[in-house]
Amino acid sequence: MREPALKNASVVTLRINGREVTVPVGTSVAAALAMTDSFVSRADLSGRPRGPLCGMGVCFECRATIDGVPEVLMCLTPCREDQTVVTDA
Amino acid sequence: MSAFDCVIVGGGIVGAALADVLSAEGVSVALVEARSIGTGTTACGMGHLVAMDDNAAELALTAWSVALWRELADGLPATVEYDACGTLWLAADDEEMAAVSAKVANYRAAGVRAEVLDSAALYEAEPALAPGLVGALRVPEDAVLYPPVAARTFALRAQARGARLMTGCQVRELRPGGVVLANGEVLTARHVVLAAGVASPLLCPGLPISPRKGHLLITRRGAPVVHHQLVELGYLKSAHGTDGASVAFNAQPRVTGQLLLGSSRQPGDGTREVDAALLERMLKRAAMFLPGLDGLQALRVWTGLRPATPDGLPLLGPHPEKPWLWLACGHEGLGITTATGSARLVADQLLGRASVIDARPYSPARFLSASGREVAHA
Repeated sequence: MREPALKNASVVTLRINGREVTVPVGTSVAAALAMTDSFVSRADLSGRPRGPLCGMGVCFECRATIDGVPEVLMCLTPCREDQTVVTDA
Repeated sequence: MSAFDCVIVGGGIVGAALADVLSAEGVSVALVEARSIGTGTTACGMGHLVAMDDNAAELALTAWSVALWRELADGLPATVEYDACGTLWLAADDEEMAAVSAKVANYRAAGVRAEVLDSAALYEAEPALAPGLVGALRVPEDAVLYPPVAARTFALRAQARGARLMTGCQVRELRPGGVVLANGEVLTARHVVLAAGVASPLLCPGLPISPRKGHLLITRRGAPVVHHQLVELGYLKSAHGTDGASVAFNAQPRVTGQLLLGSSRQPGDGTREVDAALLERMLKRAAMFLPGLDGLQALRVWTGLRPATPDGLPLLGPHPEKPWLWLACGHEGLGITTATGSARLVADQLLGRASVIDARPYSPARFLSASGREVAHA
């Protein structure tokens, strides 16, 4: 059942590569990335796309710049209101 | 019950290399590993294939092993990242530079190419180095690789020849005629080889192997461009003290544009936690040699436990009082380098034939008396 677009404490809205994404509180940034149309977090040396793999802070594939801080692991970072996420992809 | 000619306990790079060599000789082998192939100390090291001349036995084993790696290199998959970048041993003062000529003579006598770089030649080779260095010793045929993939390559080659790989298999006991697994299963074998690194004394009490902890750090891409594995000659002074923690500059270029930075030593420390103060000392030392590191971001820091013996040489050969038990352990920080030579030495002894180099300096009998008690090292 969809609630009207009334902001409440159970969701947050962040920006991933300039796009607004609204997710339930407690969602990781990596999960929020998966809810966009691209699950790519960065590129390897030959430009091939890489995406979050382990979801638990081990593989380091989900590094992104979050609120200006580079190389933050998206999978270990909860989404917050007005957060800005920029991937290298 | 399963019968093998040889059960190898420990699927690090040494055990995997031995499985590769023995299976190529038609020996039936089981390689038993408590976790996954190449995930213990093997996965923690730098993967520097380096000829070292602290003593004649170390030089003989490392020089031969580096040459064996070079022979293998063309057959290794690209994911092993074998790169013959060579080593530069950096001299910070005239005293260290004076030691270089003696080292050149040592290396050349062992068939290892080595050359002296004066200060100008050094800075032409490595412009990212801080000014003030006096020169360097260049060992051009040293190399680097990615150890866990190298170990896996050996293990899979052995498996393709019929060896049995048993991963996730803890060994509970070594005994004449085989090993007992944690689940009670018995693997029968004529020979048992213990290649379990720092865990070896758990299965064979009394082995003179103790952990010597080290820290490594890998940077993100965009590190200062470096062409050789860089090691300070002062490393030779700091690496062999037996008491107290020490650090020395050691930097390795990776094909990804990252730098792998070391090194630290904490004798007798078997913990895995990162020691922030020691890490800071290590990085300050690195930044003295490579000022471009300042402000660069690290991706990961980790520790590993070198399996150290009292004389810095591995234990390769029969246990003096257990004729069914063979040792291939205690490689300290040279297990990746000497995996190839160690595997050949142990395989040659198992098969009763002579080796290219004299095996006696690595014989476990130098520490373990025939009555089974540990003896003082002369």
